[in-house]
Amino acid sequence: MPDEQKPGGSPAPPPEGGGTPKPPAKPVPPAKPAAPAHPAPPKPPPTMAATPWASDLSRGVKERFGDRIAETSAYLGQNFIVAKPDAAVPILEYLKLDCDFDYLVDITAVDWPKRPVRFDLVYIVYSFPRNERVRIKTYIPDGFRPETAVGVHLTANWLEREVFDMFGIEFAGHPDMRRILLPEEWQGYPLRKENSILLQDQRWVQENLGIESGQ
Amino acid sequence: MPDSTFLDSTELVLNMGPQHPSTHGVLRVILKLDGEKILGTECIIGYLHRGVEKIAENRTYAQFNPYVDRMDYVAAISNGLGYCLAVEKLLNVEAPPRAQAVRVILTELNRIASHLLWLGTHALDIGAITPVFYCFREREEALKIFEKYCGARLTTHAFRIGGLLYETYDGFEQEVNAFCDMFLPKVDEYEELLTNNRIWVGRLKNVGILNGEECKEYGVTGPVLRAAGVKWDLRKAQPYSGYEKYDFEIPTGQNGDTYDRYIVRMQEMRQSVRIMRQAVAAIPEGPIMGKVGKVIKPPVGEAYVSIEAPKGELGYYIVSDGSTQPYRCRVRPPSFVNLQALDRMVRGGLIADIVAVIGTLDIVLGEVDR
Repeated sequence: MPDEQKPGGSPAPPPEGGGTPKPPAKPVPPAKPAAPAHPAPPKPPPTMAATPWASDLSRGVKERFGDRIAETSAYLGQNFIVAKPDAAVPILEYLKLDCDFDYLVDITAVDWPKRPVRFDLVYIVYSFPRNERVRIKTYIPDGFRPETAVGVHLTANWLEREVFDMFGIEFAGHPDMRRILLPEEWQGYPLRKENSILLQDQRWVQENLGIESGQ
Repeated sequence: MPDSTFLDSTELVLNMGPQHPSTHGVLRVILKLDGEKILGTECIIGYLHRGVEKIAENRTYAQFNPYVDRMDYVAAISNGLGYCLAVEKLLNVEAPPRAQAVRVILTELNRIASHLLWLGTHALDIGAITPVFYCFREREEALKIFEKYCGARLTTHAFRIGGLLYETYDGFEQEVNAFCDMFLPKVDEYEELLTNNRIWVGRLKNVGILNGEECKEYGVTGPVLRAAGVKWDLRKAQPYSGYEKYDFEIPTGQNGDTYDRYIVRMQEMRQSVRIMRQAVAAIPEGPIMGKVGKVIKPPVGEAYVSIEAPKGELGYYIVSDGSTQPYRCRVRPPSFVNLQALDRMVRGGLIADIVAVIGTLDIVLGEVDR
């Protein structure tokens, strides 16, 4: 696979834990033998052992968007760009028009409630001519309204509606910002981490299904 | 004619589904009509939403494996392959060559089973009763091989993360070869019934056209994209599970209409037989399970892995926080994305076309709604 070099080979050391290229620092089992020497700060949580990604494409994006690009990295041979939230859609447009990334594969989000900036918003694009895949990630706080990508890729319409449905991230300028999988009147966003798998909108269930509870 | 008569030309809103035999499940489409002409549509989906992505976050990696079969339940093996490959990517392991070959055989057999179900129901929707019996007759033979291999016919859970759980049974190779020998003449038989049939051609030609540019705009993949003349198949573009070893063609169409999509899928079944023959002739000896621990605990990280499922690009974006459960498991379903193009395909067409177009998109609502 063209975009699938095995990790390793790159001399750049991973940011956290260990010089081996492949696995990031294995989480040490929670201090089983009561360690005599107690390290003063609590161990930082292991992070993704991504390596810097440098190619014509990443340089082009960096040149064009400057400090709105936080990092261009690769993990497991998959390249990604971390950008400021307001840069995501311009990057998609730039990649589409200037770099032939003509196919928006997916838009999704990841919830990290303990992080100050709560959500990852992830765009995956693919280029038919280059046979290459790139992820664009932005970090957005709860309540932030990212710009819609519908103007660049029509696919974004339903994909963004699903992100809204599951995470409650509203996209500004979206032509039809409604729930897509859940009923319109449903309360709550199921893929937010604070919602347990058992949580249901009991009121909706009672009103619409005529039963006490769905469980 | 006075405006008030019910024969006047005002627009009519018609509800189709969710309980309708030709929506292939619980799809509801609201149609805006001017006589028989479709002015616009809106899809209402989610009737089969089970929260698969939320379930993933509450199960271990191995426990979630059977759930993926329940998305596209007519191509359960493809779902399983995609998921196993994604977790293997996170673990940075690869299935041994023998497991890869068996995976390819079963996945291609499943592609044939999925396409047969599509052909039978699509023809039934158009009004041809016979093909569905023929298709189910042959599909049964494929399902028998699944059953003999892993005990299940539909939601098979055939693969495990790292390789296979079961060794192939005695006579597996012969049975797959016998299926291939039996099946190719049957495809000719279906084609004799349909390809030049006047009604079939009349209902399919120039219906639901989606050209290559529009396909890319809408993110449409799989046979729908190839029928529009784009020669793109993930098995060739970014081979996985050893597909680079096999010699096969990517069938394409030119017009991107319903008829071309029919032709492309028929050709794909023949190509699947070709792949299976090569794979079965050269199943390597060796272990069937890679070096994966009893407890699957990928390092912190994320990966997106996609495969060419019978319906298009099926992708898994998995985020690991280093624990035994996926932190986030996003499924990129081909049916969901392809269905979005329905409105573009039927707008301006006749109401009868929508049945043909839903059939030709080959959606499975279990995968649309997850």
